[in-house]
Amino acid sequence: MKLELRGITKRFGSLVANDHIDLVVQPGKIVALLGENGAGKTTLMNVLYGLVQPDEGEILVNDEPVHIRSPKDAISAGVGMVHQHFMLVPVFTVAENVTLGAEPVRRFGLPELNLGPLHSPRLSVPSPGLLDRRRARASVEELSQRFGLRVDPDAYVEDLPVGVQQRVEIIKALLRDASILILDEPTAVLTPGETEDLFQIMGQLRDSGRSIVFISHKLKEVQAIADSITVIRRGKVVAERPPSTSDAELAALMVGRSVQLRVSKETARPAGVVLAVSDFSVPGEHGELAVQSISFDVRAGEILGIAGVQGNGQTELCEALMGLRPSTGSIVLDGTDISAASTRDRLRAGIGYIPEDRQEDGLVGGFSVADNLILDVYDRPPYAAGIAMKPDAVRKAALHLVNEYDVRTSSVLTAAGTLSGGNQQKVVVARELSRPNKLMLASQPTRGLDVGSIEFVHSEIVKQRDRGVAVVIVSSELDEIYALSDRIAVMYEGKIVGFCSPDVAEQELGLLMAGAGAGAAEQRGDDAGPHLPTADEILEIPGPSADHAQPPAEEAEK
Amino acid sequence: MSDIPVAGPEPAPAAPGTPATPATEAGGPAETPGPATSRSRLTGAVLIQAITHGSSTVITILAIFLALVVGGVLIVFSDPVVTRAWSSFFANPGYALAQTWDAVSFAYSQMFEGAILNPATISAAAHGGSIAAIFYPLSSTCAQATPLILTGLSVAIAFRAGLFNIGAAGQWVGGAIVATWLGFGLSLPPVIHIIVCVLGAFVGGAVIGWFVGLLKAKTGAHEVIVTIMLNYVMYDLLQYLLSHQSMLQQPHQTNQVAPFIADNANLGHVGGPPPQAGVGFLIAVAAALGVAWLLSRTTTGFQFRTVGASPSAARTAGIKVERSWILVMLLAGGLAGLSAATVIQGTGTQLTFNSYGTYGPDGITVALLGRAKPLGVVLAGLLFGALHVGGTFVEAATLGQVPADIVQVLEGLIVLFVAAPALIRAVFRLRATAGTGMEAAAKGWNG
Repeated sequence: MKLELRGITKRFGSLVANDHIDLVVQPGKIVALLGENGAGKTTLMNVLYGLVQPDEGEILVNDEPVHIRSPKDAISAGVGMVHQHFMLVPVFTVAENVTLGAEPVRRFGLPELNLGPLHSPRLSVPSPGLLDRRRARASVEELSQRFGLRVDPDAYVEDLPVGVQQRVEIIKALLRDASILILDEPTAVLTPGETEDLFQIMGQLRDSGRSIVFISHKLKEVQAIADSITVIRRGKVVAERPPSTSDAELAALMVGRSVQLRVSKETARPAGVVLAVSDFSVPGEHGELAVQSISFDVRAGEILGIAGVQGNGQTELCEALMGLRPSTGSIVLDGTDISAASTRDRLRAGIGYIPEDRQEDGLVGGFSVADNLILDVYDRPPYAAGIAMKPDAVRKAALHLVNEYDVRTSSVLTAAGTLSGGNQQKVVVARELSRPNKLMLASQPTRGLDVGSIEFVHSEIVKQRDRGVAVVIVSSELDEIYALSDRIAVMYEGKIVGFCSPDVAEQELGLLMAGAGAGAAEQRGDDAGPHLPTADEILEIPGPSADHAQPPAEEAEK
Repeated sequence: MSDIPVAGPEPAPAAPGTPATPATEAGGPAETPGPATSRSRLTGAVLIQAITHGSSTVITILAIFLALVVGGVLIVFSDPVVTRAWSSFFANPGYALAQTWDAVSFAYSQMFEGAILNPATISAAAHGGSIAAIFYPLSSTCAQATPLILTGLSVAIAFRAGLFNIGAAGQWVGGAIVATWLGFGLSLPPVIHIIVCVLGAFVGGAVIGWFVGLLKAKTGAHEVIVTIMLNYVMYDLLQYLLSHQSMLQQPHQTNQVAPFIADNANLGHVGGPPPQAGVGFLIAVAAALGVAWLLSRTTTGFQFRTVGASPSAARTAGIKVERSWILVMLLAGGLAGLSAATVIQGTGTQLTFNSYGTYGPDGITVALLGRAKPLGVVLAGLLFGALHVGGTFVEAATLGQVPADIVQVLEGLIVLFVAAPALIRAVFRLRATAGTGMEAAAKGWNG
């Protein structure tokens, strides 16, 4: 099926979200829509999926104009969509979720009706009758086998990892005979491993003749999987490029200026130990140990990158370091044991904390930008004297920070929840970095951000380091670990399986992250063993051997 | 960022600096949360936009209007003369319409005269009558509104911290028991006795509220269930105390009533003797101002609002969420206790087994109608007070033809319409705006 968008224009008030966009999707192709947050990618896809009506332009399927006024029209035109935030019922099973809205039904001895807009060989018309669970399961199983979408049809969605939930969404679309799939930022929530699985599935779908519109702002992913790349900036198509285009060119097209993909930083000059964590354990949700007696030091003026696949205890480690979870072991900050201190006291002791989930933990969406900028310093001078707050001081500080950190907002009174992801993160970063800290703890600091914002956040973090702050970065993005770290610790199943220098080869680091390093690190003994080398030891490691260094482009082509 | 496709006209292109929010913010009620709120943005254009987009205030006013219209229909149905006129509508449509207009306008004008202002008293005053009589209706309305404002504040303050206080009734009883006991059990000089009783009522309610907060903080018990159950405990405790001479029962009585409190403990009059407003109304207004100040201008209020908006973000920011729950429930209970003080000490009545009436549930309605904001609660309390006074007045004026119960229907309708902004927008063809406060109210049930 060939899909064509011609001159699609959509305005919201004075804002032109889509400005005469043309896009052609050939059958059996993966088209990537690349653009920053707020460039209009999602709006365009919402137009295609019938969630938004365009002001101008038309949609053609197989060169025939179609009118898509609702998702139902889109589905019957063969368009399926997997949203960034999944639309699943957590307490239903996979089979129930997949068939929701088009449930296969068994009637009492009556012949089955085969009418209606949702008719397809695998589905029946939704009408009263008994739910045919067996057929629902069978159709899920059939699809998962055909496309390698491994899913247990009887599993409850709430028990499934995010990557599998996404597969459920894809099956949902396929069951409705979608021949064009829209994937809206599908990798934003996935681990590197899950992303690879997804790409494999996307490849299989392409080979079966289906087309895919892949929305993303991650250059490498787009280069890796797309057949052609359409770059959108400020609502306009600015370029169409083949996947062989370089990172730098794509980034420049996306942002509208040349972007530094890798923040430039000088060699670290670590000073005394600021944070000493020893024999630190954190119980997880179900009583198991999410973090198992780990120990590490961080020195002033260095960045320790904690690498690892999501879900290996990093989240629990960060929360426990902030006192948000119970833990055992000792945390010594600048000579003082803070392992029994409250979160408030730890913040006051000089820790800046960028939480992993900014919308849930880092910000209050309904509060103004100004209130969010003082969220964890609201009771300190100059913002408060005794119990009375000083609105003028809050406002003044907010105006200053918004300016300094370039938060794009119409006013400091705007609700933070209405800002784009990058600007929300800038609010968190501005709040946490603007006070004098001893330690900076940042968890997934650039997740879901576009290239321009990543550049900004990274350079701010490096600035902190250069000011003599001890920095801990937790990230599941290898790029980020490489770009920032002066020293890398790898977490696997709640343990630190090895320390290495940022010159380590990507493959070797990948192995460590996959757990294979647990033994390998010990064999290497001298520089990466679990005997907790200090920063000095690490820095003694000689520079990278040429065969270890791997250009990013090669990685992308895999 | 969150591109959840709601089929509304606001799919959030999330461009930096999307306009629209400041307009609705500034167009909302004067009392906006947040310490850094500008008050100078309310230009004419913004106001018009706020009205056409249907801000929450506009929705509330239209909801009241719509409720009055539906109430008018009920008045028509309850009047045999009008229904007879309608049965011969085709023979004489003018007569039917005139009768309808007469019945409805009479009922509502009586309600207005009873609750707010009676023009007759003005002309009477001009001819040498009593000037005080002019203010009699308003004064009665304030008196009726007093306990409702306080229980409304009790529900509202808890709500701002994310808790649904269904227990204002039980906390009211707690306050009433202490106020009564101190009122007749002690013998103190005039002003001091009042202060001791009022503070005692606050403490009596606060203890009950504190207990709820404590249970939630320590065990995770949901406050809705705990408060509902505690209401029953308190009702039964009251009955028990009032059935024993050694406890609270009036001597030589078989009925479940407490003794009258000492004269020294009675709150003074402001407008005139009950049913006119007394010092209790001043307490309610002061409490509203206090809550407004606490919520918008103090670190404690900032904590409450943060905990209410996002407990996880509050925790991450180092705010002790559990402590906020306990403290806010303590204050909520105290406010409900104050409500009891204004009734027990302000109206010259004895505490009986059903004195708590519907102050608790009405407090929930008042808080919802007032959008959990102190000023809104005062206005909503006054509206309900006026409806109560007007209802009684209209029943007397129509010789029972229009029952006083009509105001309960009106109250119910107002809340129903306010809670369904989509309905109001559809009826009045307003364009939708994002987030009208009631959606937040609905979310509050998740704790």
